[in-house]
Amino acid sequence: MVDLYTRRRFINGFNLTVSVFTTLFGLFWLVWLLWTLVGYGLPWLDWNVLTQATPPPGSEGGLANAIVGSLLLTVIGTLIGAPVGILAGTYLAEFGRASKMAPVVRFVNDILLSAPSIILGVFVYEVVVVSMGHFSGWAGALALSLIVLPVVVRTTEDMLRLVPDTLREAAAALGAPQWKVIVTIVYRAARAGILTGVMLAVARISGETAPLLFTALNNQFWSSSLNEPTANLPVVIFQFAMSPYEDWQHLAWAGALLITFSVLFLNILARTVLRTRRSSD
Amino acid sequence: MNYDDAQEIGNRENRGPLDVSAAGGWNTAGEKAASDARPAVKEPKIVVDNLDFYYGKFRALKSISLQIPENRVTAFIGPSGCGKSTVLRCLNRIYELYPDQRATGEILMDGRNVLDKSQDLNLLRGKVGMVFQKPTPFPMSVYDNIAFGVRLYEKLSRSKMDERVEWALNKAAIWDEIKGKLRQIGTQLSGGQQQRLCIARAIAVKPEVLLLDEPASALDPISTLKIEELITELKNDYTIVIVTHNMQQAARVSDYTAFMYLGELIEFDDTNVIFTKPSRKETEDYITGRYG
Repeated sequence: MVDLYTRRRFINGFNLTVSVFTTLFGLFWLVWLLWTLVGYGLPWLDWNVLTQATPPPGSEGGLANAIVGSLLLTVIGTLIGAPVGILAGTYLAEFGRASKMAPVVRFVNDILLSAPSIILGVFVYEVVVVSMGHFSGWAGALALSLIVLPVVVRTTEDMLRLVPDTLREAAAALGAPQWKVIVTIVYRAARAGILTGVMLAVARISGETAPLLFTALNNQFWSSSLNEPTANLPVVIFQFAMSPYEDWQHLAWAGALLITFSVLFLNILARTVLRTRRSSD
Repeated sequence: MNYDDAQEIGNRENRGPLDVSAAGGWNTAGEKAASDARPAVKEPKIVVDNLDFYYGKFRALKSISLQIPENRVTAFIGPSGCGKSTVLRCLNRIYELYPDQRATGEILMDGRNVLDKSQDLNLLRGKVGMVFQKPTPFPMSVYDNIAFGVRLYEKLSRSKMDERVEWALNKAAIWDEIKGKLRQIGTQLSGGQQQRLCIARAIAVKPEVLLLDEPASALDPISTLKIEELITELKNDYTIVIVTHNMQQAARVSDYTAFMYLGELIEFDDTNVIFTKPSRKETEDYITGRYG
């Protein structure tokens, strides 16, 4: 019989090896993906991509209208989704502690969180696009806000719960009404966390394609109004990448690179904000 | 809100006469009727009568009755879990933040039952300040930490607010240390400074009663000493109720001491009496270190 110490060392070594390899396995695909993306995308990423509108096949052009459209949709989607999400998260963490409704809301929110985004797209298509009679940027923003909502609800609730009750007690003991305790003390303590949640939600929707296919659709030209179909990066990438024209495919690569790195940037920003907050405690 | 205010004023007027007759009874008591189980409280600020407290189904306080004298320091001692903090948390009804906690009985403050449904909680807490075991500075500047509470009750001009902040920090014996750091975030101060900041914050709203829940248990001996000196200083203006694990501390700072055990008030008397010739065996066992 092998003695206990050798056995433990063997098990330890085995587990360490397996976990290192599985980590490398995961990283391998990510690095490959980024590598391919940079390899195919970077050569086509030039000033024109950022300044000119999407071209007809075979002529000069860029992605500027899609970039602007994407920014607009993302910003409006966040402006609709984030405040509602923060308020709902506040209800769950602060007001609904003893209520029977809170677990129900939390459960429904979790369902929404894991709902396939295409379902949300079809839903908004049915409710907004069909009744308005045409695709529109507003419908796209609405669909995106439905993705933002559950993410923000979840993170807001989690972050508020991290604020110790002693802080709430201290503020309440001074005679502050509950709304004031939440707005001036608890929000302030959880500010960085809530902001991080919103940023993660933004990162999530900036690459969403499926809900936009059914709502904002796409627009070859500069659109001045969100009442019309609105150009956006994910759908442009989808269409251009599927097209037989090489210059469109090149633009799709450049667009994919843009989205990936802005999401990466947002994620890094979110993590940095959270880290500086932790170290300042 | 308006309704509550009106009702409160109404109640005050209604209870006026009762108040006088009740207080009269205690006023006649002599300076030291030492042999009595209850100390001769000259002017009770708070009268606790038959107080029961429940955490869910668990009965944490069993028929507590005592009188807390005005402008004196009253200490609650007893082993962990005996309910001394719970008594404190009833006096400003802070327990109401938690839906499964409730209190029954009466706590008369200036003749009015604060456990009454019609009692406005924010007004009550303006009158009864509290400092907790763990320092709880708000995540904002030292200045705003103090001003936060004051702004709930008064609209002060900038200069008046500056004065009030200085006054409160002075009272809490911390002004000299942090007068140059008023813009610094409260959480960046040392533990002892944070706790005195919290005391200053509680004083700044000018309460009548100050509840201290083991205010020095997380602090080093020097900070503890400062806080004890502070308590002695403050009792001229405030009615102070302090919960402490430290019996020497209770002996040093308090005028009256209540010994609690398993949710019951075992003995309440002059601090001198409790520590020299307690009338109950449980009290004697506890203060001589035989249990708890």
